[in-house]
Amino acid sequence: MSPSSPAREIPAVRLVEVSKAFGDLVVLDRVSLAVAKGETALVMGGSGSGKSVLIKHVVQLLRPDSGEVWVFDRRVDTLRGAELDAVRLSVGYLFQGGALFDSMTVGENIDFLLERHTRLDAAGRRARVEELLEWVRLPQLALRYPAELSGGQKKRAALARALALEPAIMLFDEPTTGLDPVSVRAVSELIVRLREERGITSLVITHDLLCAEITGGTVHFLHDAAIVASGDLDAVRRAAHPVLGNFFGG
Amino acid sequence: MTLSAPRIDKRNPARRFLEKTGELAAFAGEFVRSLGRRPFEFRELLRQMDEVGLKSFALTGVTGLAIGVVLAMQSRGTLVRFGAESMLPSMLALSVIKEIGPVITSLVLAGRLGAGIGAEIGSMRVTEQIDALEVAALRPMQYLVATRVVACFVMFPILTAWTDAIALFGGYLESVISSGTDYRLFLSSAFESLRLSDLLVDTLKTSVFGLVVGLVSCYLGFTVRGGTREVGRAAMEAVVLSSLLVLLTDVIVVRLSLILFGDISG
Repeated sequence: MSPSSPAREIPAVRLVEVSKAFGDLVVLDRVSLAVAKGETALVMGGSGSGKSVLIKHVVQLLRPDSGEVWVFDRRVDTLRGAELDAVRLSVGYLFQGGALFDSMTVGENIDFLLERHTRLDAAGRRARVEELLEWVRLPQLALRYPAELSGGQKKRAALARALALEPAIMLFDEPTTGLDPVSVRAVSELIVRLREERGITSLVITHDLLCAEITGGTVHFLHDAAIVASGDLDAVRRAAHPVLGNFFGG
Repeated sequence: MTLSAPRIDKRNPARRFLEKTGELAAFAGEFVRSLGRRPFEFRELLRQMDEVGLKSFALTGVTGLAIGVVLAMQSRGTLVRFGAESMLPSMLALSVIKEIGPVITSLVLAGRLGAGIGAEIGSMRVTEQIDALEVAALRPMQYLVATRVVACFVMFPILTAWTDAIALFGGYLESVISSGTDYRLFLSSAFESLRLSDLLVDTLKTSVFGLVVGLVSCYLGFTVRGGTREVGRAAMEAVVLSSLLVLLTDVIVVRLSLILFGDISG
C-alpha cells in the first residue's frame, strides 16, 4: 500500500468515543466514526436516534460531553473563535429544512457568503452564483425568495449556498426528508456528483433507503445511542441486529 | 389529529425567574462584548435603523397627534375652572416632553418591535437560520443582535422627539380650534417652563428603553426552542416583558435624573 493511499490518509472527519446527553437522556454513548477523504458515509437510524445530534458535533453546533471530534488534523471540540471559524469554512452544511435566509433571495443567500469570505468583486460573485445555481440545476431562480421555492428546490438552493466557499467536506442533515421520489433522486444524485466531480467528502444523515441506495458509500446504523452496524448498505441490511430487520423491512 | 400538549416547565417559579434573569444578564454581557468585535455590521445596522426608525414614524406620529389633541381637550376644562387656561401650552409641553411622550412612544415601539424582533429571530432559530450563520463562520450575536439593539438605542430618542413635536402640534391644533390661540404665544408659553436639561434627559432616557426593548426581544427570540407555537409565545413575551421593563426602568431613570438635575421647580 502506498503512503498516499486513502487508508493511510488522515480521515476527513473522525469522532472518537463521543458522548452527549441532554439531562437524563443519553443521545450518543461513546460513538466512534471515521469518514475517509473523498468518501461518502451515511448515518442511518430511526427518528430520534441522535443522527442530527451526531452531525452537529462536526461543526460544533453541539459540544460533546466527552470524546474527541476531528476534522482532518484539527481537533475541533477544543477550538473557539477564529480557529473554529477556519475549520467551519472548510465544511459545508445542508440543514434539514435548507435554512436559507428568508429575507434574502436565493442569489443573495449565496452572494452573502461570497461577499463575507472571498475577495471576489461584484461581477465575480455574480458569475459564481450563476455557476453554482447551474450546477444544482436551478439556473433561473436567483431572484426568487425561499418562500417561493418547492421543498426540493430549497434543498438544492441551500446546497448551492453550502458549496459557495468550496468546502472539502459536506454534511447533509436529512437531505431528502419531506421530498417526493423525483426530488429525492435529484438531491441524492447531487451528492453522488459531489463525490465524483469535486471529490468532496460527504457525511449524510438519513433514514431514506432510496437516498442511501443512490448515494452508496459506507452506512453506519445508529440505535440506542450507539452505532450497531457499519458497512455497505447490503451488509448492514444483513447484520444480525433485531432493529435492522424492522428498519429495513426484512 | 393529535396535538402535543404544551411543554410545562415544572421548576420552582422563583428559581426559573432567577435562571432567566441570569441568562438575560449573560446575553447582555455577550452583546456588550460583540460591540468590540470586528467586523462591525454597518450595512445591517442601517437596515435595522430603517426597520426600527423610518417604518415607525407613521405609527408614532399618529400616537403623538392623538396624545396632544386628547391631552389638550381633557385639560382645558379643568384649567378654565381655575382660571388658568393660559397655562395650557406650558402644561402640555411639560406633560408630553417629560413623561407622556417618552413613555407612550417607548410602549408603542415595545409593542411593534418586541413582537417583530422576537418573532423574526425566533423563527430564524427554529428554522436553523441562526445555526446556518454560525457554520458559515458569521456571528449571529454581531449580525442579528448587536445591530437590532443598537438600532433601538439610536432610534428611540429620535422617534420620541418626533412624537413629542407632533403631540405639541396636536395640542396647538386643539387650542386653535377651541380658542384661536396664536402659534407664537403657544410656543413661547409652552417652552418657558422647560429647561434644556429636561428636554435632553427626558428624550435621551428613551435610549435606555430602546436598549431594554432590543435586548429583551432579541434574547427571547434567540432562546426559542421548539416550533411555531414557541415563536408566537416568544413574540408575546417580548411585548409584555419589554413593556413592563420600560415602565420599571422609567421609575429608576426619573429618580436618577431628579437626583442629578433636580425637579422643574429647582
